[in-house]
Amino acid sequence: MNIYALVKRTFDTEEKIVVSGGKIQEDGAEFIINPYDEYAVEEAIQLRDAHGGKVTVLTLGGEDAEEQLRKALAMGADEAVLINTEDDLDELDEYAAATLIAEYLKDKEVDIIIAGNVAVDGGSGQVGPRVADLLDINYVTTITSLEIDGDVVKIVRDIEGDSEILETALPLLVTAQQGLNEPRYPSLPGIMKAKKKPLEELELDDLDIDEDDVEVKTETVDIFLPAQKAAGRVLEGDIADQVKELVNLLHTEAKVI
Amino acid sequence: MTKKVLVLGEAREGSLRNVSFEAIAAAKTVANGGEIVAVLLGDTVADLAKEMVAYGADRVITVEHPHLKQYTSDGYSQAVMAVIEQENPEGIVFGHTALGKDLSPKIASKLQAGLVSDVTSIESDGDEHTFIRPIYSGKAFEKIKIKDGVTFFTVRPNNIAPLEKDDSRSGDVSSLAVDITNLRTVIKEVVRKSTDGVDLSEAKVVVAGGRGVKSSEGFEPLKELADLLGGAIGASRGACDADYCDYSLQIGQTGKVVTPDLYIAAGISGAIQHLAGMSNSKIIVAINKDPEANIFNVADYGIVGDLFEVLPLLIEEFKKVKQS
Repeated sequence: MNIYALVKRTFDTEEKIVVSGGKIQEDGAEFIINPYDEYAVEEAIQLRDAHGGKVTVLTLGGEDAEEQLRKALAMGADEAVLINTEDDLDELDEYAAATLIAEYLKDKEVDIIIAGNVAVDGGSGQVGPRVADLLDINYVTTITSLEIDGDVVKIVRDIEGDSEILETALPLLVTAQQGLNEPRYPSLPGIMKAKKKPLEELELDDLDIDEDDVEVKTETVDIFLPAQKAAGRVLEGDIADQVKELVNLLHTEAKVI
Repeated sequence: MTKKVLVLGEAREGSLRNVSFEAIAAAKTVANGGEIVAVLLGDTVADLAKEMVAYGADRVITVEHPHLKQYTSDGYSQAVMAVIEQENPEGIVFGHTALGKDLSPKIASKLQAGLVSDVTSIESDGDEHTFIRPIYSGKAFEKIKIKDGVTFFTVRPNNIAPLEKDDSRSGDVSSLAVDITNLRTVIKEVVRKSTDGVDLSEAKVVVAGGRGVKSSEGFEPLKELADLLGGAIGASRGACDADYCDYSLQIGQTGKVVTPDLYIAAGISGAIQHLAGMSNSKIIVAINKDPEANIFNVADYGIVGDLFEVLPLLIEEFKKVKQS
């Protein structure tokens, strides 16, 4: 089985966001594999272990993203591909990212592509379904269970708290929701092995893509932090009185009840 | 220049979701006086058309087909693309719901268009529209513009106020016949898990529990309070990891992002990842034994105390207020 996992290098979720000049400051920040993409990598490895085949992890970005690819290799992926856009493109949007990924995958033998359902930075969740559409394969988003049984793929997906049970077939793209699995930590031998696993680096030229083909459709014009909330009130006194006061405040001051 | 804007209405268990009306209001903002065309898809949806008009749609197109009874990206994209080909809209608005998130990228891809997801507000200056959307799960916001092509965006529930309902408005309702074929996904069953059908992302009140809830039974008083207030139950990652509740309830940087009118955090310490998922709620109430808990830094009102003591009292007090 040819399994692809799409990953994105993102800010560690512990990081505070600092904005200056309308941009997020990245200096000194810790980066991780987008948490939802970790579920994708784990699921890809489990599928390979159950059905045989090969797991290739794929990312877009600059050289820094090699760190996340090596981590996925250390978890157990077999090969990694970096589409390096650093020198050619100033900006990427979902349209451009999906175009690049689909361009790479279009002449590959693909059985299943697994991605995170959303990246914790940009948060649009568009790239997975866009890639599936460009490759003209089916997709299922926010999955919490995946079982491949011969030609039938049985999936449970989360839809706003409810579970949808469905069946489909390969080739397929799925996006991982929390609860799909428990991503493993790379083992020390895994980390050692990962250093020798193949990591291919491609640029736009290698994909036969012209910069104009991936000109962004949307443009970020500013980034700002949410307004600081004024310090709240911690109520005092007997608990029963505090509760009374709280209900009263919600009623008269906050007017939400 | 006016824009013709298409709005996808979305029904849940036979009634239109609020986010559909919010999407109409958002569509009006970018239409600049242009026509708002609502689209309703399903096996029988014509009955819902009047309500879309009452909330501001000028015209409604229905596509009814047995294959549209349940959402699939194949079925719905065929129907939506047929409407787009007929209408040639300059704008398209979906709700940023499970359905909208799943479908909108596919439509955008087919149109080779940009798409701004999860919009919480819009600044308009004539034909120039700047969309504001949360990034880093609400730790920051970005202002984004669509450079060319169709103005396509999804709106986050609970953020853009719908227009006032006006039952005297009238609008043309027409149906479009579309051949829906080759569905690659077969839905077998939908298992309902959410509290009384109140969806977490659209709920006006969310009562969320953390590790302090201590067990799955510990969620009972939270459920009772949520039911009483017509709200939904949520949880922190800690509570989900400890198996007190299902991951579908998780609020935070991984998990759902919610912006209710009232967020009650019970036994939640307030890790930065959790705050990302709820700190844009209008009013936050924190109940925690630990006076140093970080959740108090974002709370509008805090009670330092044991949630198992506070919640029953709170339920009684809300009952009294309801009765009076």
